[in-house]
Amino acid sequence: MSQILTMVAQRLALGLLTLIAVSLIIFLAVELLPGDLAEAILGQAALPETVAAFRRELRLDLPPHERYIEWLGAMMQGDMGRSLANNREISELIGVRFGNTLFLAAYAAIIAVPLALFLGILAALYRNSLYDRAINVVTLSSISSPEFFVAYILIAWLANTLGWFPSISNVHEGTGLLERLYRTALPAMTMTLVVVAHMMRMTRASIINLLASPYIEMANLKGLSRMRVIVHHALPNAWAPIINVIVLNLAFLIVGVVVVEVVFVYPGLGQLLIDSVSKRDVPVVQASCLIFAVTYILLNLTADVLAILTNPRLMHPK
Amino acid sequence: MSTNHTAPEEREILVEMRGLRIEGQSEDQWNEIVHGVDVTLRRGEVLGLIGESGAGKSTIGLASMAFARPGCRISGGTVMFDGMDLTAMPESEKRKLRGTRIAYVAQSAAASFNPAHRLIDQYSEMPVQHGVLDRATSESDAVDLFRRLKLPDPETIGFRYPHQVSGGQLQRAMTAMAMSCKPDLIIFDEPTTALDVTTQIEVLAAIRDVVEQFDTAAMYITHDLAVVAQMADRIMVLRHGNLVEEGNARAMLANPREEYTRQLLSVRSFQKATAGDATQAPLLKVEGVTASYGSGPKVLDDVSIEIGHARTVAVVGESGSGKSTLARVITGLLPLSDGSVSYKGEVLPPRLKDRERGQLRTMQMIYQMPDTALNPKQRIREIIGRPLSFYLDMTGSKREERTRELLSLIELEPDDYIDRLPGELSGGQKQRICIARALAAEPELIICDEVTSALDQLVAEEVLKLLQRLQDDLRVSYMFITHDLATVRAIADDVVVMLQGKVVESGPKDEVMTPPHHDYTELLLSSVPEMDPDWLTRVLEARQANA
Repeated sequence: MSQILTMVAQRLALGLLTLIAVSLIIFLAVELLPGDLAEAILGQAALPETVAAFRRELRLDLPPHERYIEWLGAMMQGDMGRSLANNREISELIGVRFGNTLFLAAYAAIIAVPLALFLGILAALYRNSLYDRAINVVTLSSISSPEFFVAYILIAWLANTLGWFPSISNVHEGTGLLERLYRTALPAMTMTLVVVAHMMRMTRASIINLLASPYIEMANLKGLSRMRVIVHHALPNAWAPIINVIVLNLAFLIVGVVVVEVVFVYPGLGQLLIDSVSKRDVPVVQASCLIFAVTYILLNLTADVLAILTNPRLMHPK
Repeated sequence: MSTNHTAPEEREILVEMRGLRIEGQSEDQWNEIVHGVDVTLRRGEVLGLIGESGAGKSTIGLASMAFARPGCRISGGTVMFDGMDLTAMPESEKRKLRGTRIAYVAQSAAASFNPAHRLIDQYSEMPVQHGVLDRATSESDAVDLFRRLKLPDPETIGFRYPHQVSGGQLQRAMTAMAMSCKPDLIIFDEPTTALDVTTQIEVLAAIRDVVEQFDTAAMYITHDLAVVAQMADRIMVLRHGNLVEEGNARAMLANPREEYTRQLLSVRSFQKATAGDATQAPLLKVEGVTASYGSGPKVLDDVSIEIGHARTVAVVGESGSGKSTLARVITGLLPLSDGSVSYKGEVLPPRLKDRERGQLRTMQMIYQMPDTALNPKQRIREIIGRPLSFYLDMTGSKREERTRELLSLIELEPDDYIDRLPGELSGGQKQRICIARALAAEPELIICDEVTSALDQLVAEEVLKLLQRLQDDLRVSYMFITHDLATVRAIADDVVVMLQGKVVESGPKDEVMTPPHHDYTELLLSSVPEMDPDWLTRVLEARQANA
């Protein structure tokens, strides 16, 4: 067991190191934006004195490394600063938006992950059959179409023609759960269609990869049913690659949904990020990016730990 | 080995295959690999199927379960099991027979047990899934069988995962699993081939006892006639998917009718005359070498050996004894942590990258698996020509001429082979190419790491004879790593016996191979199966008397 704890601790330390590197990149990227931030925000008509005062307020007069350390220190204490656009607490601003993004991601994941596993196992079971080919074509086409295209098709069909779901997902703090699920059904479906193919194909491929193993032949020679051979003998050994792809897609559901949020006018973190970039609201951009980075790193850490937990050699050492 | 009251030939027929034809698929084309073989097996009888790779013995064994591997199909003939026609039976019915009435024991238990489940779960799966026994009964059965098969800690060993159990124990656990539904027939497909000789003898004894106790019929598939002699009542010799000879085991061993059977019987008779000069200063001297992988335990512990000019030193031992590691240290692939390796009196740098090209040239290696040792995308011309350019700066027509010379030397016609890819060669031919590649560097010492283990016995013998002829002609020295004592008898001048990273005995072959032996050498030598059908019984009795 201590061996596993050591491995987890190592992964955690590595994750932390990655996070620091990412924070540096985020900081430098904003730093490298052309032009002077204060001038850009205040416009060309601003008086030099006003610009200088604003620079002091933004602490742009300090050297970059001092600002970086100050910013990182504040971030670590949970103080994200204030928005330049409306002077609100960023943590407050982001909190609600990030909650919305997580809600939508979880909604899509709860549909997509079991669906992908189920379809993948069936495809492995009936490989090269008509079903296998059909499901491959369908999922591949959905992954190959851009998200906004899938989104507009769904809107045209399910919202406009059939009128089952609203085409705009406007939610606010007071919206109840059922109402929320109803209003976000279309973006959740769009995202499901986008991520299912990848996970399903990986499930199918990693199971089929194992079908030539001697222990699968043994399971067949024990007279077990095809379903049992696949689910009980192949799947437990196929988890590692499947988990990796699932987690990669979960990360995508949280970090990569900007376009879908924009199409459905959903108040998520992606929307906020885009708005803030256009407003040059630098502290908000930095904080959002850092939150995305943390999410990504945490999910990958989970994948690593899960991969360890599904490996009997590591769980039950000699 | 039947001790039943009725003689086997009077008992009821259990399996009857008539005119069995099996086809294999290669590149969209079906080729016949078993050409109409008849097999009859009676209740309680043990039938040995013997032949080299490609003889179709595993395929025939699996056909008795009406199972064809992916890419194979039963294309003709009938398979009757206990009066039922399996070839006409729907798949779901066949599934019900598999495991319950016909069970299978695979060659490598380590690969055939599912790594994700405990042994007891895999044992109980067949009886529970087929509805033969409930889980609790099946588990208590398992303990009983584990005990009969002489597994250590029979009560608890089932709760371990496959990777927590040794190879020999896994093979016995797999035999127990095959027995879990008390089947009428068990197919043993080379169950001891992957094991060391000292482990093999225990597994053979365990299988023989338990098959006898339950009066189970068995098909015992192997390439080793000496092994099958211990196990079978009756033997079928197969070659290229045809029956060569069939008959009572003892009668066939005493008096083989066919030339091919005679060849298989005499396969281990080749023996060299001792060569080289033992009095000269040694070519290679390994002194007090200690080595380990990373910060792990010592894999080699104070090892010293000498290799003389034009002599063959066989290094024997079980897997894990450190023989291949010794080769890695000598070639510099693994730097030693203590001691020294000297060549013609000059100490070699421990690391490969610190050695000069001349030092590298004098020592070449040949590996166990010619399939993986040759680049599948390179033609023979390039494979053999590369060391000629690298070590000897040969180019153009000179290089071409020498490549052809080397091919003639290893008895392959240059015009036929020089443009081929490794994939177009047989296993024995590939190993010959590896030999030619080693020779191209004009070395003085060739390290052969289990070079005949992956080859069929008759092919292996040809390769050994070739190596011997090359030594006589070219005066090279060999360090011959092997676990096979028959190979040692055939080719060695000196023998080094290794156990757990230490040299337990070494010296000229005649000295090491004749009594009195070191205890371990004795165990190793007495564990090598002999053609005599009573060998196993005799050895076990002798060991029991000594214990």
